[in-house]
Amino acid sequence: MREGSEPLLEIHDLVVRYGVATALDGVDISVRRAEMVALVGPNGAGKTTLLDTVSGLVAAAAGRIQLRGRLAQVPEGRRLFPEMTVEDNLRLGAWRVRDRRVDPVYELFPHLAELRRRKAGSLSCGEQQMVAVGRALMGQPDLLAVDELSLGLAPQVVDMLAAHLQDLNRRSGMAILLVEQNARLALDICSRAYVIEAGRIALTGPSEQLRRSPEVQAAYLGGAYEE
Amino acid sequence: MSLFLQYLAAGIATGSTFALVATGFVVIYRVTGVINFAQGVFAVLGGFLAYSLLHAGVAHGLAEGLAVAVTAAIGLAFGLVALGRRGTPPLASLIVTLGLAIFSYAVVITIWGDNPISYEGLSGLLAVGGVSMQRQYVLIVAAAVATFLALALFFGRTYLGMALTACSSDQRAARLMGIDVWRMGLLAFAVGGALGGLAGVLLTPLQPVEFDSDVGIAVNGFAAAIFGGLVRPATAFAGGLVLGVAEAMVAGYFRSSYETAIALAVMLGLMLWQASRRGPTEE
Repeated sequence: MREGSEPLLEIHDLVVRYGVATALDGVDISVRRAEMVALVGPNGAGKTTLLDTVSGLVAAAAGRIQLRGRLAQVPEGRRLFPEMTVEDNLRLGAWRVRDRRVDPVYELFPHLAELRRRKAGSLSCGEQQMVAVGRALMGQPDLLAVDELSLGLAPQVVDMLAAHLQDLNRRSGMAILLVEQNARLALDICSRAYVIEAGRIALTGPSEQLRRSPEVQAAYLGGAYEE
Repeated sequence: MSLFLQYLAAGIATGSTFALVATGFVVIYRVTGVINFAQGVFAVLGGFLAYSLLHAGVAHGLAEGLAVAVTAAIGLAFGLVALGRRGTPPLASLIVTLGLAIFSYAVVITIWGDNPISYEGLSGLLAVGGVSMQRQYVLIVAAAVATFLALALFFGRTYLGMALTACSSDQRAARLMGIDVWRMGLLAFAVGGALGGLAGVLLTPLQPVEFDSDVGIAVNGFAAAIFGGLVRPATAFAGGLVLGVAEAMVAGYFRSSYETAIALAVMLGLMLWQASRRGPTEE
């Protein structure tokens, strides 16, 4: 079978429980190669649980996850190693792969090359997010999962990072799963989206179509969406 | 004055061994979240193993080195038992290390009996600035400093050491990188075993060890580690030196039976002073 004809990530009927609480209840999601897909939903809907289950940090109670490639996650809150330098943070991202050269990341984010010897904990939130994205890229992923790219960042920084992700997707064909509370951003840069609510997929479809859905407009876009 | 300097030299030497034990506590705690109550056992086993190897005719240096290597392996084995299955809570592991420490008494008594042992260290005296001190003191301090520098290089410069540091910094992030935090915990236990063993082989020529000497060694090492909040190796190292010097002064000028009690009181006072400078915690 030719590469690319199967989805890169296929999640079927996934159930995850924390004790008696059900965090995910029969979730189906798929991401094809070179696709940008958004997963939007309110706090506590199960977005991060979904990523953690795919990453192997959380065990599934039922269902099937098939990942045909490497996954790297940019975690919510960035979670850098604050006492280490930018460069050491980046290099640790390559733990699973042999190639630890950081130059490709510096080509993508030239500003990080200037900060390479700085402690990650001393950087601004936007710079830290760049390091977090760069660190995930060091794992040479086929699928980059970004958990809350925009959280706590100034709008112009978010726009810059979003442009970088789009560029990365266009140039290298890396698939991106963008997990966001900021539905406006997610629907703007991804071609397709899932809306998750209380552990279930409530809506799915092309971003264009979801943007026009009255439910999405009311719940996530603060009323009418403006072009 | 020269008496004071002699006590100081002795204190720095024993303090250096406390510092090694303390660093072992810190390395294991940072990576696994477990306070290893068997940390003093590594020192006792290091002393007994070196004693046996020396009696078997193995040369000095090699015997101590082999003893340290074996205590590293014992540390790994203790880690396997204490960390158990992935996801074992640190509190459960802590209780297991306590059990392992008690179990080790039976092992030591079965193999070596219940009499204290010692062996010759570096013999002779060395005069430094008009103060004569045992060569063994100089060896201990040099070995402790070299070990500390090597650890700093290992954790700060090598990829494996950085992965260990990552585990102690943020386990969730480390796991996302694909770092196996459980295996890193085992490695931390092996490093802790080696550090304890090294303290033991250096200390035994100065203070004979017996099966239950681990309590005194662990109490001193733990007090030094607490001085650094259990997470800062450099402060723990300094804590070990402060404790060693305080004990030597108490033993020299007052009574040796008070040394541990007074030294621990000094440590408590220092910690209270540290806490008052930091102010109340946010939690």
